[in-house]
Amino acid sequence: MAGGVFSSYYSSSSIMETLFQRTLEDLIKGLRLQLIGESAFVSKAIDEIRREVKSTDPHTKSTALQKLSYLASLHFHDMSWAAFHVVEVMSSSRFSHKRIGYHAASLSFHDDTPVLLLITNQLRKDLASTNEFEVSLALECLSRISTPDLARDLTPEIFTLLSTTKILVRKKAISVVLRVFAKYPDAVRVCFKRLVENLDSSDPQILAAVVGVFCELASQDPGSYLPLAPEFYRILIDSKNNWVLIKVLKIFAKLAPLEPRLAKRVVEPICDHLRRTGAKSLMFECIRTVVSSFSEYESAVKLAVVKIRELLVDDDPNLKYLGLQALSVIAPKHLWAVLENKEVVIKWLSDEDPNIKLESLRLVMAMVSESNVVEISRVLVNFSLKSDPGFCNEILGSILFTCSRNVYEMIIDFDWYVSLLGEMSRIPHCQKGDEIENQLIDIGLRVKDVRPELLRVARDLLIDPALLGNPFLHRILAAAAWVSGEYVEFSRNPFELMEALLQPRTSLLPLSVRAVYIHSAFKVLIFCLHSYILQSESITSSFPDNLVLGVSELVLKRNMLEGSDLTTCEAPSAHLSEGFNPRNQSYEDLSIENGGDRTINHGQTSTRAFSEKNIFTYESIINLINQVELALGPLTGSHDAEVLERTRHILCFIGLIKGEITECLVQKGKTLESEEMKASKIIKLMSDAFSEELGPVSVSAQQRVPIPEGLVLKENLDDLETICADIQVPPSNLFSLGSPYYGEEVGVSSFGLQNKEESEPSNEATSLLTEHRKLHGLYYLALEKNEIVGNDYPPANEPKLQDSPKNDTEDLVKLTVQSLATNKKPNHAKTRPVVVKLDEGDLVTITAKRPETKDDLVSGAVREVLLGSDTRTATSQSNPSDKSSSKRKGKEKLNVDHSELKENLGVSETPKQENPSSRKNKHRTNGKERGHKSPGKIGEEREENGQKGKQKSSHRHARHKARHRADAPLNVVSQTPVIPDFLL
Amino acid sequence: MIRAVMVMNTQGKPRLAKFYDSQPIDKQQELIRSVFGVLCSRAENVSNFVEADSIFGPDSRIVYKHYATLYFVLVFDSSENELAMLDLIQVLVETLDKCFKNVCELDLVFNYSKIHTILDEIFFGGQVLETSSAEVMKAVEEISKLETASNSITLVPKSVSGWRGR
Repeated sequence: MAGGVFSSYYSSSSIMETLFQRTLEDLIKGLRLQLIGESAFVSKAIDEIRREVKSTDPHTKSTALQKLSYLASLHFHDMSWAAFHVVEVMSSSRFSHKRIGYHAASLSFHDDTPVLLLITNQLRKDLASTNEFEVSLALECLSRISTPDLARDLTPEIFTLLSTTKILVRKKAISVVLRVFAKYPDAVRVCFKRLVENLDSSDPQILAAVVGVFCELASQDPGSYLPLAPEFYRILIDSKNNWVLIKVLKIFAKLAPLEPRLAKRVVEPICDHLRRTGAKSLMFECIRTVVSSFSEYESAVKLAVVKIRELLVDDDPNLKYLGLQALSVIAPKHLWAVLENKEVVIKWLSDEDPNIKLESLRLVMAMVSESNVVEISRVLVNFSLKSDPGFCNEILGSILFTCSRNVYEMIIDFDWYVSLLGEMSRIPHCQKGDEIENQLIDIGLRVKDVRPELLRVARDLLIDPALLGNPFLHRILAAAAWVSGEYVEFSRNPFELMEALLQPRTSLLPLSVRAVYIHSAFKVLIFCLHSYILQSESITSSFPDNLVLGVSELVLKRNMLEGSDLTTCEAPSAHLSEGFNPRNQSYEDLSIENGGDRTINHGQTSTRAFSEKNIFTYESIINLINQVELALGPLTGSHDAEVLERTRHILCFIGLIKGEITECLVQKGKTLESEEMKASKIIKLMSDAFSEELGPVSVSAQQRVPIPEGLVLKENLDDLETICADIQVPPSNLFSLGSPYYGEEVGVSSFGLQNKEESEPSNEATSLLTEHRKLHGLYYLALEKNEIVGNDYPPANEPKLQDSPKNDTEDLVKLTVQSLATNKKPNHAKTRPVVVKLDEGDLVTITAKRPETKDDLVSGAVREVLLGSDTRTATSQSNPSDKSSSKRKGKEKLNVDHSELKENLGVSETPKQENPSSRKNKHRTNGKERGHKSPGKIGEEREENGQKGKQKSSHRHARHKARHRADAPLNVVSQTPVIPDFLL
Repeated sequence: MIRAVMVMNTQGKPRLAKFYDSQPIDKQQELIRSVFGVLCSRAENVSNFVEADSIFGPDSRIVYKHYATLYFVLVFDSSENELAMLDLIQVLVETLDKCFKNVCELDLVFNYSKIHTILDEIFFGGQVLETSSAEVMKAVEEISKLETASNSITLVPKSVSGWRGR
């Protein structure tokens, strides 16, 4: 009774539901009307669906699920909650419902969906259905979601379907194999043979599907599929279907590098296709195959380049783009191909299509050599001025990258390069600040001879107040400031540098950069004072009865010996004088270095324009000190530890020496008294400290430092966190970005300083300071300087629009004609300066890491099937060792593959020494077996004798193989990877 | 393999999206958005290829075609040929055109289920299975016949069972 009531209640309600249920179409219409807004409408609809999907009526349920699928697919609503309902609808006997269920499953299920366990039987049933569309649904579902369990349980069904007569089903079964193999490698043993048999199918659809599967498989581990080469070769020759041919070409592109004899055999048919085909897709695939895998076949490459040329001059931008891509693939090995087409390549540099522009830029950069780097860079920089910001930065980035490659191996004239860096910094769209910063400092550290020019570039950057407003330049300015402090001895006018470092607009800089400025100002100050003292000493030293300290005497002597006059100059009132000509190569040659740390190159073109005048007068020094005090005074209230610390240093130093200097220097030219010597002693000490030369540090330097005994590095430092909780980590360290060797040094030391400084005023003092700041905010510097004033300054420089892009392209063409066509070593006017290079760690090693084969299991199983080895344990046993070995020496594809192969087979062979067939094997694989015994040396061995040995060995057993194939293709006894007959 | 098929309109509204490397649902939305971001910034009459490493990870390319108000997008890796993918978009559009007689965006909006049927005949688990629009049409017609057949059967038993229940 009760049951009857319920059922009648439900069924009547289901009729109501069915009648009034919104269909998918209603839902879409409602969504489009947008009466209550999309999200509100959707959440209402979802509520409805939640109710409807629980209905017992299959129609209501499936419609609800269909709506849900729609919302999940196009409105991205979660539908994982409905997983169980999906399973219910899938199991419906009606096709339309089943379809909705399967669609929802493939949309929302993933490998971790719990209800997957429930669908195995349903899938099995549908895979065995007589209705081919039901089978399709199940296969489709399996191709999306197959877990190892599903794959294992359904392998027999897939195996059956692989030879079904229904084309529609069979091609899907073939495709699904890919997924099944990946999840359940043991399926290979069951299905692989049937899969291979499908390669003989005459049906183009089947063939396309199976070749597609092998293309995917081969891309993961090509070596295992070498034995199938004859089948692929036959398809390459016979097939008329472009889709199939493209896939076969892709397979050969993977196989050919592994087996030279195969390449030799295949290259001709590929060229035939290339000559004959009218389809651009096939033509391009042939080209790509040739340029990527057959680049040592001269005639094939020539043919491909002719065809590339056709693509390049085509009107279709797609073909242009692909042509350029093909060229850049071939560029490293056959640069002539690029040179032949350089006019076209350069022409497309100004194409409207960003893809094409980018590709041609890459090709232009590929053409850069020592002899033309200057000209090409010049033209490209001009080009970048006229480009949109994105492309401009692409250009700058590729110039920076190309020029710095392998420790600037391309650069001969470093003076030119640093001035180019300066110029690039001023390009309005330039966003390569970090890279330019790194290179400026790196070059300074590595190349001694370029330092004067570097200083000039830095000075020009620092002195331009407009640049301070551009946040992209701040990192470059930091580098410039560092250079100006570090190499101040090359400055013609250090006072000018000081003024630049202390200019009011430095308040626009971030604090970390500002700290660099202040520290550089410190260095400049020390330099000036030191020079002044030396100079006054040299004047007084003419008096024989002078009290001169031993040290300064020594210095003096050295100076005299070197014959360098202590240059003098008039008062520095004209620091920023208009007449200052930065092009003038003259710089001051003071050579005041007493420690011999720096050897200043006297051979440079120093004209000593100011040698007769004295820069360092008493007034100028006093002015300088006052200037520093005035500019840095306000910063003693800075909240940034770095800035505060450095300001304090410099001000304390001034406090220390100022009194004496002002007193003693009043009696200028008179005998120096011992009291004055105290100040000059300090100055000398400081100067000594700063004149220690900084060099590049190897990346691996840290590793070479022995760990002191008793130092526990892995101690748990959790307690520290509670103590240091209120200490902020500074936002960014000085130059720690990008340039690791430098960063280590400076970063660490500055960190040390900071912590020392911070721990002091952290608690009470800072609270007092902030208090004070609140009261007298007026007298403090603004905190967020950039944000307040940073934006309203004009861009650094107006772009120079002198010549049209057309001129540029013509220039570039001319240039490449001049310097590339000849391609001779130019005789440089300048000899390349010494560039400090460090050990291996310094060189940029470009290692093409190959993706590690993730499914060793699949390829292992494939080999087993193809080579007929019957030991099931082989793959699983050797697998871990395979992985480790491939990780260890992932250098070259070839080596790894072969070693893996050998290890695989080795494991299976060793236990059955008595087996005659395996002994035969041993005998056959003469050259290779040795490789197996010493896996470490496989690479060398192969290169030495592998070629010959292999050829011989396979020669010999090719006949064996043929016989085996003839009588029992399935049960071939374990063999080494034999390369099939046709190759010989 | 093919990693995703997308159709979106010129405002960036997705009209069809299928991912063959199962992506979580919120990630799908993000991917479609970033693809649209790239496409809408491209001018007309430029090449149809986009390098998509920044969106879909290494070794991924996009080919797209712009028809009226719709972008058709395929995402794929190096096992596919770019020009063949472009042809494939053509095949897909041709099939849609045959199916709906001068296909327009609205057809795609209202025929969610049918479009997936077409898609599933052309693509299968990231592989291209059929490149002839005639073959696709044949299969699609049979499937819809089967669907209507199964639905027409349903009406009778359901009402009967409904009545019997009372």
